[in-house]
Amino acid sequence: MFEVDKNAVFKQRLETVADDLTGALRGVRRAGELGARKPPIAFSGRGQSSDGSVVRVTITNASDLPEALDRISKLGQPVDGSNGLIADTDLVVKNTANNIEISLSPEAKLSMSRRAVTQSIEVIRRRIDDTGTKEPSITRQGADRIVVQAPGESDPEKLKSLIGQTAKLTFQLLDESVPVAEAMAGRIPPGSVLLPQPSRPEEPFVLVKRRAVVSGENLVDARPSFDQRTNQPVVSFRFDGAGSRAFGRVSTSNVGKRFAIILDDKIISAPNIDEPILGGSGIISGGFTVESAAELATLLRGGALPAPLTILEQRTVTAELGKDAVDAGAKAGVIAMVLVVIFMLLAYGFVFGGFSIIALCVNVTLIFAGMSAVGATLTLPGIAGLVLTLGMAVDANVLIYERMREEFAAGRSAALALDAGFSRAVVTIIDSHITSLLSALILFYFGSGPVRGFAWTLSLGILTSVFTAVLVSQVLIALWYRKTRAKVLPI
Amino acid sequence: MTTKKPIWPFIRLVPKQTNFGFVRFARMAASSSVFLVFLTFVAFATGGLRQNPINEFNEASGGFSQKMGAVFDEAFNLGIDFKGGVSIEAVAPSAIDMAKVRSALHGTPGLRDPQVQGFDKPNQIMVRFLSENHNNEQAIQTVKSELTKVLPGVQFSPPNVVGSKVSSELYRNGIAALVAAMAMMLVYVWFRFELQMGVGSVVALLHDVILVLGFLSVTRLEFSLTSIAAILTIIGYSMNDTVVVYDRLRENMRKWKSRPLSELIDLSTNETLSRTIITGMTTLLALFGLTVVGGTTIQSFTIAMIFGVFIGTYSSIYVAAPFSLLVPRGGKAQKLQKMDDDRP
Repeated sequence: MFEVDKNAVFKQRLETVADDLTGALRGVRRAGELGARKPPIAFSGRGQSSDGSVVRVTITNASDLPEALDRISKLGQPVDGSNGLIADTDLVVKNTANNIEISLSPEAKLSMSRRAVTQSIEVIRRRIDDTGTKEPSITRQGADRIVVQAPGESDPEKLKSLIGQTAKLTFQLLDESVPVAEAMAGRIPPGSVLLPQPSRPEEPFVLVKRRAVVSGENLVDARPSFDQRTNQPVVSFRFDGAGSRAFGRVSTSNVGKRFAIILDDKIISAPNIDEPILGGSGIISGGFTVESAAELATLLRGGALPAPLTILEQRTVTAELGKDAVDAGAKAGVIAMVLVVIFMLLAYGFVFGGFSIIALCVNVTLIFAGMSAVGATLTLPGIAGLVLTLGMAVDANVLIYERMREEFAAGRSAALALDAGFSRAVVTIIDSHITSLLSALILFYFGSGPVRGFAWTLSLGILTSVFTAVLVSQVLIALWYRKTRAKVLPI
Repeated sequence: MTTKKPIWPFIRLVPKQTNFGFVRFARMAASSSVFLVFLTFVAFATGGLRQNPINEFNEASGGFSQKMGAVFDEAFNLGIDFKGGVSIEAVAPSAIDMAKVRSALHGTPGLRDPQVQGFDKPNQIMVRFLSENHNNEQAIQTVKSELTKVLPGVQFSPPNVVGSKVSSELYRNGIAALVAAMAMMLVYVWFRFELQMGVGSVVALLHDVILVLGFLSVTRLEFSLTSIAAILTIIGYSMNDTVVVYDRLRENMRKWKSRPLSELIDLSTNETLSRTIITGMTTLLALFGLTVVGGTTIQSFTIAMIFGVFIGTYSSIYVAAPFSLLVPRGGKAQKLQKMDDDRP
């Protein structure tokens, strides 16, 4: 169970408000704002309370107060409730004499934390889906909690590190106007910040400019790979259009300087800009192992969490279906198999019915082997995929046998009927299986959560059933014919 | 040839040669399909034919879209996976038999979709449920009293409201996946067969999906993630069926170049009929097994599937195949024929 740190969201919003406030009072036009530049208003003491919940500012001249309040109220953003717009502004502006206090309204807080939880759930799902076919259940509980349930064999520590990281990636320029030693002594220039660099003990702290050149939102892809020169594991990434333009512009005007790649307020690496970086892609190196590079790539692909998550509680839970339900499902599966077997024997006799049963058993074994090889879990959608596969596997045999019957009835000899039945039915089987396989692959690629589980079992089952229905039964029937040289087909 | 009759098979479901005039009923089938699709939309608007949508619309508050939302709100009996619900934890003095708890809670009036899960120790459980009539307090009391009956001395934690398991992203991705899968299928069938067959197969799939949704709406079977799995499975089954019929149609179109398409459709459907019935029977048998002993958890899945097997079979014969009648033969079919003609 995780808790979304909603205060961090509120704090971030008010930090933006505080930044915008400076501009608004100085009369700087905001993006898209028309008209002449407004006259500046003198102010002092702009700051945020230590818990970040209030922004304070003092207006120097009382006569400017109405204008200042008007400009500040324009910084508000509309608030979305669950049923559309519920308030025009998210800010509460109060003033005692010239001191103005800005805080967030209760509705705004509610709406923001709801949105933060929803976004977090989607990010978590993307991250977990990305790591494989395990099917987690991710639910909201109460106002700001998220419960993640993952099946037994998954590693809880790995899961926690995957979910617990905010993964906020930024590219920021280094501030080299002041030596780091001086900054560590407390003389940090305004607009810059001192951040730790754990990967390089010889340079433990780096002074960077606060403003991010590009952030993780501008990434379109991230993959683990290897540096071609050093053979070290790295993460390669690609920016979107806006990201590559911004990065290209900044790197062109800062050749020879350094920039820092920062993840969750820690510096991963701070390389030199040797030449303008215009292609919009690059690599992040910084003492990765193969695993940590893969994990970072997953985190970056999934996007950043809107707020840090704290782990409240970790529990071991039993399967949701319950052992009794799974047992009942297994029993039902066995009964279903027995019914199908009896039916096939009755419809096609011991010889050909038997062949199809052998093919079916090989098929089931292969599917289970395939599923355990990738550590997929058997969930209900997975079981559904399995049922469909078995149906299709039997169908492949039915198609072959019916075609043989038909060819035999049309007056061909047994050998020719067997041969023609196979070659004609195989075309049908391939067509129907490829259509299913295509759609299963698309479901796997686009779908998430349970849809992926279904698609995975289905794709696996389609491949194995083509193999068993076509190859296994063909070999069996060929052996049988060689031995008996039958004149009449027993089907 | 020998006169000895083969012993096998014991059962022969379909005579060796059938000659049903399927296409003769195509018009009738088309009308009933259209009617059923229409009925499905009525069912969505009336909460499974139970409510008057006009009253719902008038009583709902808010703008037009919210009022429309209220009308379709009850279209499905959405389970806890979609709606979220209440969760409560219980600790008993001794180990808990979960099957007993499940059967005690299942079917209790005022409760819907109770899910029982153990955690940490064998004497601790977590129960999640949805209240009937939006009365959470009452539902919590019901759960507590039912649990106290089967587990004397049980202690409860304060209840929690839980959200749905289905995020909006899941919806979006799921629908995008379905649309992409159908488009891909259209292209593949077009490539391997003919364009009108591709369109026909996609129309048949849409028909199946809509009717299964209507079935779920009218029967008020619980709509959960499992139902999504059922719908996906039905699509897979129906698609397989459709391709098999089309495949035979393609073969017959090459074999009998001058026969009218309606005759060929009849011929192909009859030739594949025994396969259609045998495969349908085996699938139904398997599903029947799952329904009878599978327990309540998978029943809504299997019931929807059984309906889907019928609909999927029907749609391959009556929606997908006749749909290609609507479009005149040409293009690729003629090219294929030409290729065959050119063969030595």
